[in-house]
Amino acid sequence: MRLVTAIIKPFKLDDVKSALEAFGVHGLTVSEVNGYGRQKGHTEVYRGAEYTVDFVPKVRLEVVVADDDAADVVDVIVKSAATGQIGDGKVWSTPVDDLVRVRTGERGPDAL
Amino acid sequence: MHVDAGDTAWVLGSAALVLFMTPGLALFYGGMVRSKHVLAMMVQNLATIAVVSVVWAVLAYSLAFGPDAGGGFIGTLHLAGLAHPTAQVPGFNLSIPPLAFAAFQMMFAVITAALLTGAGADRMRFDGFLVFASVWVLVVYAPIAHWVFSPEGWLFKRGVLDFAGGNVVEIDSGASALALAFVLGRRRGWPRDVMAPHSLPLTVLGAGILWFGWFGFNAGSALAANGVAAQAFVSTQLAACTGLLGWLIVEKWRTGHATTLGAASGAVAGLVAITPAAGYVNAMAALLIGLLGGITGVLAVAVKFKFRYDDSLDVVGVHGACGVVGTLLLGLLAQSNVAGHGAGLHLLGEQALAVVVTIAWAFTLTFVIATVVQRTVGLRVSPEVELEGLDTAVHAESAYDFGNVRAGRIG
Repeated sequence: MRLVTAIIKPFKLDDVKSALEAFGVHGLTVSEVNGYGRQKGHTEVYRGAEYTVDFVPKVRLEVVVADDDAADVVDVIVKSAATGQIGDGKVWSTPVDDLVRVRTGERGPDAL
Repeated sequence: MHVDAGDTAWVLGSAALVLFMTPGLALFYGGMVRSKHVLAMMVQNLATIAVVSVVWAVLAYSLAFGPDAGGGFIGTLHLAGLAHPTAQVPGFNLSIPPLAFAAFQMMFAVITAALLTGAGADRMRFDGFLVFASVWVLVVYAPIAHWVFSPEGWLFKRGVLDFAGGNVVEIDSGASALALAFVLGRRRGWPRDVMAPHSLPLTVLGAGILWFGWFGFNAGSALAANGVAAQAFVSTQLAACTGLLGWLIVEKWRTGHATTLGAASGAVAGLVAITPAAGYVNAMAALLIGLLGGITGVLAVAVKFKFRYDDSLDVVGVHGACGVVGTLLLGLLAQSNVAGHGAGLHLLGEQALAVVVTIAWAFTLTFVIATVVQRTVGLRVSPEVELEGLDTAVHAESAYDFGNVRAGRIG
């Protein structure tokens, strides 16, 4: 099993979710996060004082998938999240040793 | 004495409008601080209403408006405890009950003291500030109110004009705020760290309440329901509008953006500037005074960065600077048929004298009072408290609870 994590632009979340559903991924976890990569933040002005806000709002999306699906899921996310503009985000996957479905106690791939 | 029903109704209503300005100020300021300090700012404003009203009734009203003790400097304690409530206020010829006047003026003292919370944002002790405010009303506010507002005051007798508190409220609070900022010192991290307003919607609502209340403040200062009140009402509206526009135009030109905070601040700057002049100038003069108030404000708020004093929410830049502009412009724009004095260099000189004396008195005495409170009760919180946030550290509350993860139990 692998954990696929993606940092994407917030407004692309619906597209990514639809694409994942079409691929057959049912269920994922999202959270609102802030950060920066090559895309820097923005400037705010309050009574003439300029503040540079470094962090840009992003959405982090996490989903555990079977080993065989991981590369495809990453591709689906990359394709559906891309705008071609700076700040589109990143997607990566990491190995997962163990997984338990809390309700039933199923372990491993059965819990996916 | 003759009591007029219409006048009394208008002044009592105006007193309530002026009271409403202080909770409005709590929103105006509360929105401008960071979210961990917003309740502290608001409770300081609320408690100021309580403390100053009590001090006013017991002593300060008499010091300000009691019979002159000699030289036009201070009133006696003849009216302490709001005694002699049916006798005409010394020097005045009012058609309202003296208690209505005392109540109206009480709200002025409240809002003036409350303005000082803006200079001490994010780092001032609650108990220390309330002690400070109690003494400040007696030592700084009451004498200046006596000099300028009481017909027995020495500046009033010289012909100084202050319709609704350009000196007594605005310049007074601005100069006092500067001294308070010096005694308190800068917020930790200022000006390096981002200390952006946490909720401009609160600030906009607060500005709206201030604007609304200002009709009581200015038009109520006619102390009668008459043409002067109407003149002041119109002047107030027009100056708020040109103040807002003036601030935005300069801001757009200087930074490239017209901001929400700029619009709210500009309206207040225009209102401040028209305060000394409201009933004494015509509508077109009010447009000009408001415009220059707005322009002055947007330029004046930059000064603190140059001289590195942390007047956190710009009491000096908005109230002090725009109060001076309005007070001086009145010297050139007063209509003799309303003001009783013709505009000109003589009046301008008297207005300038009032500005200088008010600044000197307010700054010096505030510096002394704040220093004494700092060394006795304490006026600044510890670095740990400042870092954690005054809301949880001092008041054991937090303003916003958006999350549903709040592990804890009762007790």
